[in-house]
Amino acid sequence: MPDAFGAALLIARKDLAIEFRTRTAFFSAVVFALLAIVIFFFAWDPTAVAASDLAPGVLWVIFTFSGLLGLHRSFGVELADRALDGLLGAPVPRHAIYLGKAMANLVFVLAIEVIAVPAVALFYDMPLGGARGVAALAALLILAAIGLVAVGTLFAAMSVNTRLGELLLPMLSLPFFVPIVIPAAQTTARLLAGRPVAESIGWIKILLAFDLVFVAACTMAFPYTIED
Amino acid sequence: MTAGVSAPARRAVEAEALVRAFGPRRAVDGVSFAIDAGECLAVFGPNGAGKTTLLRVLAGLLRPTRGRAFVSGVALPGGPEARRRIGFISHASMLYAALTARENVELAARLFGVADPRDAAARALDAMRMTPHADTAVRALSRGMQQRVSIARAMVHGPSVVLLDEPFTGLDASGAAALSNALGVLRASGAALVLVTHNLDEGLSLATHAAIMRGGAFVRYEPRGPIDPRAYAESYRTLVAPDA
Repeated sequence: MPDAFGAALLIARKDLAIEFRTRTAFFSAVVFALLAIVIFFFAWDPTAVAASDLAPGVLWVIFTFSGLLGLHRSFGVELADRALDGLLGAPVPRHAIYLGKAMANLVFVLAIEVIAVPAVALFYDMPLGGARGVAALAALLILAAIGLVAVGTLFAAMSVNTRLGELLLPMLSLPFFVPIVIPAAQTTARLLAGRPVAESIGWIKILLAFDLVFVAACTMAFPYTIED
Repeated sequence: MTAGVSAPARRAVEAEALVRAFGPRRAVDGVSFAIDAGECLAVFGPNGAGKTTLLRVLAGLLRPTRGRAFVSGVALPGGPEARRRIGFISHASMLYAALTARENVELAARLFGVADPRDAAARALDAMRMTPHADTAVRALSRGMQQRVSIARAMVHGPSVVLLDEPFTGLDASGAAALSNALGVLRASGAALVLVTHNLDEGLSLATHAAIMRGGAFVRYEPRGPIDPRAYAESYRTLVAPDA
């Protein structure tokens, strides 16, 4: 039998193969992200708000809501023809299913970030601060994506079987996204303004702490959300 | 959790006063039976009798509300060790429409830790006469063909207990023959079967034990041995008539 990590990789690979072939959630998320950037851009008054003040907020609104599209889809594919029963009937630990789903969702959110960040930089004429700035921003985006995906995957599993799943997922997830989005947006603002990373170290520590807590708690809670 | 608790004797499948309730309603109500390796229990009953719920409890997908169920001596819902022994064919195909038949079966083989998943998937699909369609996306297959892939998926790991929920539904003659053949091979290798069906002829042709379920309970349960199919059909009509 595969160990938990091996099973998680199998499940993640399966989810990504399905998304790669159908591209439904990814295209929806990318279109949403680009439309949101354009709408924010035309609603923006550059004489009233500096680009460096607005761009971090735009980025994190986009990541949060476009990520939700992928999170909802991740368990939606398991409902059709009750494929989830196939996973639950397999001799793999329940938390391996969660980790596999979370890994695939992480790739999904990171792929959206890879498209949205250059688009925001282009529209708002934001310098990304050279290779060091890009590396720091990339590390921050990965850290924040882990937190968002950890919480979102758990709530996607909880809400998928309910009649109002599409409404319930954001209602449950968004309050728990707040402790991830605040430090992420604060650090993004400083990085985009060209400030040194050391200035944001407090926010990064908070982000790391929430990542650890959310990943551990959600991994432990997941089996209780899917067992009947 | 009761995983790891062993039944006194290691029957292939055993239920003791099994109850599964949804709120106040008991979908399975005090079911008891036992079958050994190589035996087949056929469960007949009208819609809503609790047959599918019974199978889902035996598959470890639902937790018993009361009573106990065992697979090879492991108490259900059990852990990975119990699930490794079970193959479950349900109403729903449990397949991913965007993946090919081969990918679906191979994924199951990998999750069940089969030594050579690619070869096992090819053999399982061949047993269900699906080799020509192995690389077709499931969404492009007919309902009957999806059912065949679903059966290959459930059998790819060589389960010692196979739970079948109306497995012949949607199959054409060729598919039904392939399924009967595959079930025969599994039984010869010592697998125990629990078959839920509406079709008395189909069920009795495979069964060593038969039960009629109504209102969540077995209203008739016996080893098949001397059963006269015609008399059994008459008995079935009498017993389920109030629900029909």
